Amino acid sequence: MDGLIKIENLRTRFHTEDGVVNAVNGVSYEMAQGEVLGVVGESGCGKSVHALSIMRLIQIPPGEIYDGKIWFDGRDLLTLDEKEIRQVRGRDIAMVFQDPMSSLNPVYTVGFQIVEALMLHTDLNRKAAQERAADLLSLVGIPEAKKRLNNYPHQFSGGMRQRAMIAMALSCEPKLLIADEPTTALDVTIQAQIVDLVIRLKEELGMAVMWITHDLGIVAEMAHKINVMYAGYIIERGSARDIFNRTRHPYTMGLLGSLPKIDEAPGTKLFSIPGLPPDLVRLPKGCPFFARCGYRKEQCKMEMPFLEETESEGHIVACWRWREIQAGEIQ
Amino acid sequence: MTSEKSVLVQVRNLKKYFPVYSGLLFRRHVKDVKAVDDISFDILKGETLGLVGESGCGKTTAGRTILQLYKPTSGQIIFDGIDLSSLQENEVRRMRQRMQMIFQDPYASLNPRMTVGSIISAPLDVHTSQNSKEKQDRVQDLLRIVGLNPDFVNRYPHEFSGGQRQRIGIARALAVSPDLVICDEPISSLDVSIQAQVVNLLEELQEKLGLTYLFIAHDLSMVRHISDRMVVMYLGKVMEIADRNEIYLRPLHPYTKALISAVPIPDPEKASQSNRIILEGEIPSPINPPKGCNFNTRCSLATEECFVVEPEYRELQPNHFVACHHAELS
Repeated sequence: MDGLIKIENLRTRFHTEDGVVNAVNGVSYEMAQGEVLGVVGESGCGKSVHALSIMRLIQIPPGEIYDGKIWFDGRDLLTLDEKEIRQVRGRDIAMVFQDPMSSLNPVYTVGFQIVEALMLHTDLNRKAAQERAADLLSLVGIPEAKKRLNNYPHQFSGGMRQRAMIAMALSCEPKLLIADEPTTALDVTIQAQIVDLVIRLKEELGMAVMWITHDLGIVAEMAHKINVMYAGYIIERGSARDIFNRTRHPYTMGLLGSLPKIDEAPGTKLFSIPGLPPDLVRLPKGCPFFARCGYRKEQCKMEMPFLEETESEGHIVACWRWREIQAGEIQ
Repeated sequence: MTSEKSVLVQVRNLKKYFPVYSGLLFRRHVKDVKAVDDISFDILKGETLGLVGESGCGKTTAGRTILQLYKPTSGQIIFDGIDLSSLQENEVRRMRQRMQMIFQDPYASLNPRMTVGSIISAPLDVHTSQNSKEKQDRVQDLLRIVGLNPDFVNRYPHEFSGGQRQRIGIARALAVSPDLVICDEPISSLDVSIQAQVVNLLEELQEKLGLTYLFIAHDLSMVRHISDRMVVMYLGKVMEIADRNEIYLRPLHPYTKALISAVPIPDPEKASQSNRIILEGEIPSPINPPKGCNFNTRCSLATEECFVVEPEYRELQPNHFVACHHAELS
């Protein structure tokens, strides 16, 4: 697979009254064309901010992308001016947001909003754009698409609104679709429909998908690669099998452990990670997971571990003790 | 297992309709939203009964109606031998000492202008005649029980994280030493690692204090973890009731099967082998539920019979109830 996007040492921070919030602290990775990447972490781990930074949707001020490069199509997205980035946004990289209720404009019809995106990024005239919009709605599984174009968002259910958002994101056949917790607000049955839909469309259109979520279950099924984020760092990255079956970072182990198992015995206690994520204004000097980690030692407090490749290719982890964890020397 | 435990709450033919009015001058009662439509089940003493279903299936309304926060349209709720629907308002209030609720949203369910101490002691003001010293001691005990520092009594809710707020909500529910706690999606707004903390706490408290839970949620895997038995609701009706493993391993209702198969499996190998049933469409409107079986618009097994006759509630296996004409096929 060829490279699609390459992110080098991305750093984003926000200047607030309480101090500087270090949201993304040096994130680097590559995505291939047609790849599905899962980005996993709890709220406040920087997963959404890092995606918004790629789209250059960080509000400046208070935000600031103060370091790094995002290589896409031979250009560094961070050096583009507002006009150029607008060309990329929507056409090459599209985004679907978490809350389908608030990301559609309530006073315009769904059709108008899709046609608007189409006319902005393609040279279709209004009539052709309307036809294309109807095609898109039926592509995402909305029945009677032509009629539905004239509906307002409130006439759609939550699942249908998310489908409409996906239709809009796909309108210009982007090379990369960023889905930021698109199913968190939806029921499991509707979530299964949306996941199924995105995977099918990915196969048909050959785009890459970045799926941001806190639910490890979703990415287990579809992701080629998974980034686990904590306090603005990637602390573990690898293939789905690496992350689930050859887990090396104590935080990832904790996340997996806090999910109920299908074959657990009755009365089994869930493993829970004690404490809370660190304050991004006052990040500790050493490993950000230090205070909650069951494997911590003196070195972890003093020095931030760097990402090292484990025995399996492309599986990287930032923990001083991953070798001991791998060897099963510490429990 | 059922025979060992006595029944704490009997829900019998419970209905809750919300009226819909139309017309400007003469407001006419035109139709009803049938949020809960004739449901019956028992909650046993000391058990956790899981109540699951998609949003809009009436699970929250069922929970609130059991607490008499909504007045039932018809049907009975018998709590420890007392029929709650026959009681006067003030008698119901006295009964509420024995049944408390934990709410879904830890941000909206705590008054931002009250200190943690006054939030937790509010039920004590209503239900007991303790003096302020006794209340203060009780509040500190409760904070300790739910794993918070007792010195936090004078802090305000905004100083706490979501998980800690949910602990405050739990402490408030436990203040009057209830028998039954209705947990209405207590973990769905929390992060994964914090969910596990709260679920473990609820389990510990149940062991320590002998509580009975009605655990309402849409997250099936977590409900299965915490529950002894599960009730599956769809569009105001109960579809299936069984022991948690029974329902998970041998679901009889096509809706339960689809619901279980929709849960993502956090294991790449197992996930690739699973046969996912994708339900078409969405829940119909509870104002105009389909005739016959409620589920017929989305069911793959539906036959003519299902569009005419409402399925009866049958005990196909011991303690495994299901409302489906074709449950034997599975």
